[in-house]
Amino acid sequence: MPHDHSDGPEHSHLSDIDARVRALESLLSEKGYIDSAAVDEIVDTYQTKIGPRNGAHVVAKSWTDPEFRNWLERDATAAIHSLGYTSRQGEHMQALFNSDQVHHLVVCTLCSCYPWSVLGLPPTWYKSPPFRSRAVIDPRGVLQDFGINIPDDVSVEVHDSTAEMRYIVIPERPTGTDDWSEDALSKLVTRNAMIGTGFALSPAEVS
Amino acid sequence: MNGAADLGGMMGFGPVDDEPEFPKFHNAWEERVLGIIVALGACGQWNLDQSRSARESMPPATYLSIPYYQIWLEAAITLMRARGMVTDEELRSGQQLIDPIAVKATLHPENVQKVLYTGGPVDRPEQGEPAFKAGDTVVTLNSNPTTHTRLPRYARDKIGEIERIHGFHVFPDDNALGIGENPTWLYKVRFSAQTLWGEDKNPNDTITLDLWEPYLRALE
Repeated sequence: MPHDHSDGPEHSHLSDIDARVRALESLLSEKGYIDSAAVDEIVDTYQTKIGPRNGAHVVAKSWTDPEFRNWLERDATAAIHSLGYTSRQGEHMQALFNSDQVHHLVVCTLCSCYPWSVLGLPPTWYKSPPFRSRAVIDPRGVLQDFGINIPDDVSVEVHDSTAEMRYIVIPERPTGTDDWSEDALSKLVTRNAMIGTGFALSPAEVS
Repeated sequence: MNGAADLGGMMGFGPVDDEPEFPKFHNAWEERVLGIIVALGACGQWNLDQSRSARESMPPATYLSIPYYQIWLEAAITLMRARGMVTDEELRSGQQLIDPIAVKATLHPENVQKVLYTGGPVDRPEQGEPAFKAGDTVVTLNSNPTTHTRLPRYARDKIGEIERIHGFHVFPDDNALGIGENPTWLYKVRFSAQTLWGEDKNPNDTITLDLWEPYLRALE
């Protein structure tokens, strides 16, 4: 991990940040701008409640329920909100469907826009310069960093999240899952598959 | 502005390092920063675009060398200092030295779920008709504003095609200046990789951006 500075020259720098943040939280609490118990609640929500399992539910449902898939195509915001995933950074959604003709990849070159409501907080790499700089100019190279090779005759469509639209990639349903339940299917859906830097897992990969 | 945040197309940062879903945070201070920044939103002292503008306005060398949550931290401090919420002396001591300013609200734990699940939609009641429709060819503005914009450098003065109309959304360039939301039509615009990056790119590849009407002109 690039930011796992548990020792080395940057250790004192990060200890300094740790102290600064503690002082800031204390100051802002004293001034009545924040309530540390609310900060705890926000952190706990994103640690334990809002994460990629939400998106995996959306994807698995789209694989098993044609009516839902159709709704997701027409109005992803309403379809996703109908499952209760209404939280912030998911107010305006569009679903991008992978096929044997097209592979979608989502990025935010300007900051870190990400569909928190269905994927939770973004991984560090999503917010960092290597991904943000290269996803638009060399998407196939970025995908290779994730072990993915897209054939030249398959389109790669990159979506730069420059506004408040948030994107979820609907990966292709793995073969050999015809009789699988929605719940079982959801376990095949990874965070990266919904960003476009991965595929859904095969049955063999979860057995 | 042409700041360090506008990263699309830059080179030399090396490969992307994947990471597992957990841990969500790599240092204890990062989770506190996330929570503090979300909680501060309730104070109503800045809007989304003002916070983005503060983050991208820091010196490029700083922006590129600190962890992402620290970018959030430094920008929030800049905004709070500018509004008289905190002073340098208070930040150094960690103790209140002047009275707090009046804020809209303080977020308490019993309201957190409601606030998170209500979100903050940026679509507004539609006014007038969109200038473009799906399939129209447009050219993006050639412009280098010194203030906040969401039209990245790599997509300026480029020819693209309207793919769909997303809706009528707050215009960030104005909202960041505090001169009003001035909502306008937002479009999904598709560009070929060859148009943006050159003939050696795969002719099957495209990049889409979400762009507001003031960024677009009809191709003459």
